Amino acid sequence: MHHKTIAELATGLERKEFSSLELTRACLERITRLDTRLNCFVTVTEETALAQAQAADERIARGAASALTGVPIAQKDIFCTKGVRTSCGSRMLDNFISPYDASVVERFNAAGAVMLGKLNMDEFAMGSSNETSFYGPVKNPWNTSTVPGGSSGGSAASIAARLTPGATGTDTGGSIRQPAAFCGITGIKPTYGRVSRWGMIAFASSLDQAGPMARTAEDCAIMLQAMAGFDERDSTCVDRPVPDYRAALGNSLEGLRIGLPTEFFGEGLDPAIASLIQDAVDEYKRLGATVKEISLPNMHLSAPAYYVVAPAECSSNLARFDGVRFGHRCENPADLADLYTRSRGEGFGAEVKRRILIGTYALSAGYYDAYYLKAQKIRRLISEDFRRAFEEVDVIMGPTAPSVAFEFGAKSADPIAMYLSDIYTIAVNLAGLPGMSVPVGFSNGLPVGMQIIGSYFSEDRLLNVAHRYQQATDWHTRAPAGIAD
Amino acid sequence: MSLSAAEVNKIAWLARLAIDGDKAEAYARDLSQILGFVEQLGSVDTSQVPPMAHPLDEAQRLRPDTATEADQRSLFQAHAPLVEAGLYLVPKVIE
Repeated sequence: MHHKTIAELATGLERKEFSSLELTRACLERITRLDTRLNCFVTVTEETALAQAQAADERIARGAASALTGVPIAQKDIFCTKGVRTSCGSRMLDNFISPYDASVVERFNAAGAVMLGKLNMDEFAMGSSNETSFYGPVKNPWNTSTVPGGSSGGSAASIAARLTPGATGTDTGGSIRQPAAFCGITGIKPTYGRVSRWGMIAFASSLDQAGPMARTAEDCAIMLQAMAGFDERDSTCVDRPVPDYRAALGNSLEGLRIGLPTEFFGEGLDPAIASLIQDAVDEYKRLGATVKEISLPNMHLSAPAYYVVAPAECSSNLARFDGVRFGHRCENPADLADLYTRSRGEGFGAEVKRRILIGTYALSAGYYDAYYLKAQKIRRLISEDFRRAFEEVDVIMGPTAPSVAFEFGAKSADPIAMYLSDIYTIAVNLAGLPGMSVPVGFSNGLPVGMQIIGSYFSEDRLLNVAHRYQQATDWHTRAPAGIAD
Repeated sequence: MSLSAAEVNKIAWLARLAIDGDKAEAYARDLSQILGFVEQLGSVDTSQVPPMAHPLDEAQRLRPDTATEADQRSLFQAHAPLVEAGLYLVPKVIE
């Protein structure tokens, strides 16, 4: 049962081949048996999962099911879940039981999905390897001495290990796409504003976006259908109709114009990855696409711009954690200043502190123009590069990450080296574009992901492009031996 | 761009963030490295480029100025470390 996709599970539930209760129990059993080796889950919500499954079975019996009714999924622990600990991977929120549900969670509940639990992540989504989590790192099911990627590492690893058929992720600089690539699964970061951020703990508000992670593009389409749409509680959520993502999956790729940016294939890219991307592009040619080399001349500025914008917004967003209203509070504060500084000092880990410090510095008096304003101008140049590219091509393809999953500790002592593992994904967030990662092969036994970038609100096209590739290839069906046989 | 441990301590105070005394040097090193990395931004002339605040250049929506939230004080205060009579308690700030 654990090898079935969401689409297959939905069909099985509809045909009463198995009940949601049986399916949910099977997932929970796998989590209990296997997650001690992987550390994907911060919290398993067994009791509520079984109750939701029972309710889903009743809903299915009534003939009122949606495509997700009775399907188990798991939530990244950045989404607030009513009555359930929402830790964001941080000691700061280790004791935080959310009093409300995030929009995304409400939508999955309304669709009748079953929540298995909350998934491990880099602390406050700041990290590319899951090593910054207060709960310890998630391990990559393909090789447990390597990282699963981050920050949505628990989401990606739990799907690869077949603990859950789908999970939510969030992506501020690559946090859906890079772990999807490292764990050999499929994930999409939608256009900024497509999915509500309400109840999703903020890291960098002008970049954060939630999206689905699953094994196939079809499953991502089913999940995104439930997640996307206007929400007046998020002032940046865009009021625009949501297309039928599944209906577009079968569209022909005849005449699809693919752009390959020179800047994505330069120095720093593992040649084995470059070659697998080329193989995938060749497959697209067989599917009727045309390929053209393009240029994104300001690409090299995206990581530096990101490491101003993201920390600046993080320092502002994380100011709310003050030890007064919720979250960690230090013992016996001497005075108010001691309460603030020590609660925050104890509650946040090293990487979060580093980013708060950088952001505070960049926003401090006299430095705003040189850093934040400058980065926002560079951001415009980067998005202009993409705008020009999309006049000539329909989608842009390239590697998701410059390497396959690396060993634990390999980059944790060097912040810049860690930041550069998101070198190909960051520009997409700065421009607010949708991007996805699909598995396209293996190097040294570890999965390789290809990134597909589209113009604003072209999620339907991206899912279609990924789906047709997955119809023609079987990389997305491979499972890690010993864990998901 | 290079920051000293003293400057790091000043920034940490602005952020109301306690960092261990023996870690200030390490943070100074990391932060200097990150600021050095970011310095590339200065190589581009952006005098004519308008800053980008929203990826879609959308303006913030406005809504009528009417109350929409119900009072949920007791629910929210249930998660607070220290409350009394509906008030959040902090160490005394006035002698």
